[in-house]
Amino acid sequence: MINYFLRRLLWLIPVMFTVSLVTFFIMRSAPGSPWDGAAENRRSLDPATQKALEKFYGLDKPVWRQFLAYTFGDFDDDKKFVCGAMCGNLGPSYRQKGLTIQQILFVPFGDNDSFWYSRFGYSLRLGLFALAIAIIIGIPVGMIAALKQNTWVDYLGLFTTTAGVSVPSFVLGLFLIIIFASMLHWINVIPKTWNELKYWILPSIVLGFNTSSFTARLTRAAMLEVMRQDYVRTARAKGLAERVVVVGHMLKNALIPVVTILGPALAGLVTGSFIVETLFSFPGMGRAYIQSIGQRDYSMIMGTTLIYALLVALANVSVDFVYVFIDPRIRLEK
Amino acid sequence: MPDLLLDVKGLETQFKTPDGIIHAVNGVSFVLKEGETLGVVGESGCGKSVTMLSVLGLIPSPPGKIIAGEAFFMGQDLLKMSSEEIRHVRGAQLSMVFQDPMTSLNPVLTVGHQLEEPLMLHVGMSRNQASERAAELLGMVGIPKPKDRLKDYPHQFSGGMRQRVMIAMALSCSPQVLIADEPTTALDVTIQAQIIELVKRLRDEIGMAIVWITHDLGIVAGLAQRVAVMYGGFIIEESPVADLYTNPEHPYTIGLLGSLPRLDQKINKKLTSIEGLPPVLYQKPHFCPFAPRCKWVMERCWKENPTLETVGPEHRVACWVDTKTGRPRS
Ligand SMILES: Nc1ncnc2c1ncn2[C@@H]1O[C@H](COP(=O)(O)OP(=O)(O)O)[C@@H](O)[C@H]1O
Ligand SMILES: [Mg+2]
Repeated sequence: MINYFLRRLLWLIPVMFTVSLVTFFIMRSAPGSPWDGAAENRRSLDPATQKALEKFYGLDKPVWRQFLAYTFGDFDDDKKFVCGAMCGNLGPSYRQKGLTIQQILFVPFGDNDSFWYSRFGYSLRLGLFALAIAIIIGIPVGMIAALKQNTWVDYLGLFTTTAGVSVPSFVLGLFLIIIFASMLHWINVIPKTWNELKYWILPSIVLGFNTSSFTARLTRAAMLEVMRQDYVRTARAKGLAERVVVVGHMLKNALIPVVTILGPALAGLVTGSFIVETLFSFPGMGRAYIQSIGQRDYSMIMGTTLIYALLVALANVSVDFVYVFIDPRIRLEK
Repeated sequence: MPDLLLDVKGLETQFKTPDGIIHAVNGVSFVLKEGETLGVVGESGCGKSVTMLSVLGLIPSPPGKIIAGEAFFMGQDLLKMSSEEIRHVRGAQLSMVFQDPMTSLNPVLTVGHQLEEPLMLHVGMSRNQASERAAELLGMVGIPKPKDRLKDYPHQFSGGMRQRVMIAMALSCSPQVLIADEPTTALDVTIQAQIIELVKRLRDEIGMAIVWITHDLGIVAGLAQRVAVMYGGFIIEESPVADLYTNPEHPYTIGLLGSLPRLDQKINKKLTSIEGLPPVLYQKPHFCPFAPRCKWVMERCWKENPTLETVGPEHRVACWVDTKTGRPRS
């Protein structure tokens, strides 16, 4: 089994290489460049400065060489090898002077803050909150709806989760901002600080609602399927209390299909975070990513994409790992 | 009546479906005496399982509903018990083995865990005691190396072995009554014989009474003392086993026996089958449910549904025709 997961992890190498390759060339074939001021009404750079900058960032070299240099590394002017993205070196930002991408994403904003207060840390916290909402609310809601099938409880659950999977997060987000910030004034539209928990509630809900609804619907369907299985009747025939039948016998079976969607769900949270972070002016990685795309900050786009890709890929491996524990029928070849 | 373990009277169970109400059981009465084995026979869909599940309070509801009847178990009406009360009877004094061993065990729990549950619940054993007892039980039903197999999952057992596990589980709390719902139907013939031998042996050791449901009259011959034949949600004949084989009264029973190969008959005698299809149970028939398929059918059969009448010692049949003479029963 350990071999299997080692192999899964080794597979991440070609996956990450492909992501890098595709992103790099799509990004380069998009019109515009980091020096275009047009979008921001700035003056265009004079040709001499532009040349110097291009040399600094290596844009004077052929594109294939740039790609290899970014991904694997290249020799600098002193013939010394400088390792690229594969060593975690994501390069200098094109737009934030003197900062590397690692610094932008992982160094906390304040001097004394912990890692959790970096851009990545903020986004990670938001993602974890949203995931917690998805699991802690989604699974029980799905369970209860199934146990109360065809009652008003079930219909209410179905109605809410249908809304949850079909209403886009920017609509829900704007709606909640209008209600709680503009009308009720419970929170500021743009919070002065993110250290207060109350400002985290709306973004977490908006980000988690979709996944939560999806989880609830899947749990409900899985429970309905499990409820009419013979082994549930066997459990009842043994005289077990209803609570034991539901929690001890149904739930673990019903969770098997739910666990499989957690990988894709995490990818959904990542893409959702671009919208939610922008909507709530959230100081995270997602908003920085969207900004960097507008600014053609090449190294920022590449670096962030690679981090997101790695996260989603690792999530899928961990889901398979959990899967082996929850379903004893899965036997991995030695 | 202390010698009556089960006394079921006028049981009626229906299912509400989108296509209408299915009258699955239409007033079934039977008794089970201490230490006795009762065979319940009939084509699939005639209401055998639903009858027994109703008695145990295991009918899925909705769509199922018990409309009428009483089911006394050692003097107490199971149908009037609260779900909490009947829980303490189920699996402890009255337990059931189901048809399909492949789906009747929980795939994500170890066999040991599933065996220990009723022991801890009903007998009040600790986990360690229950685990030891579970290994004994597995040994008792003939599973080799029982101690090692407790931590295995159901998929690591064959169909026959799983049915042995089910039987061990049902007998774990030494019940007075074992209801076996076609426990061998899903198994190979050789495995079938082994399971039947196992149950016979355990019956002699433990002394529980058995209700053995099957659609195979052949199995019942060597196992039961009495047989009840069901058709379309009714019991249509009931008799001591030897009498039923030599003196079947109901046309349906005669048909069932005719479709059974027998060693004591001439080799070249053809097996016969019963023409027609089992009844659809959307209406509670006001006539004999077997009339559409009956060779002896008379006018009265289409007008009135016959009730069980005694025709011999402990032998009762629900038919307007005396099949011996072909004339109305007087
Ligand atoms: N859960 C259910 N929902 C609807 N109809 C059912 C259900 N269970 C059983 N029935 C119906 O009840 C009738 C008797 O079924 P059953 O007792 O299982 O037959 P068998 O004699 O083969 O055990 C059948 O017509 C079947 O369709
Ligand atoms: Mg059945």
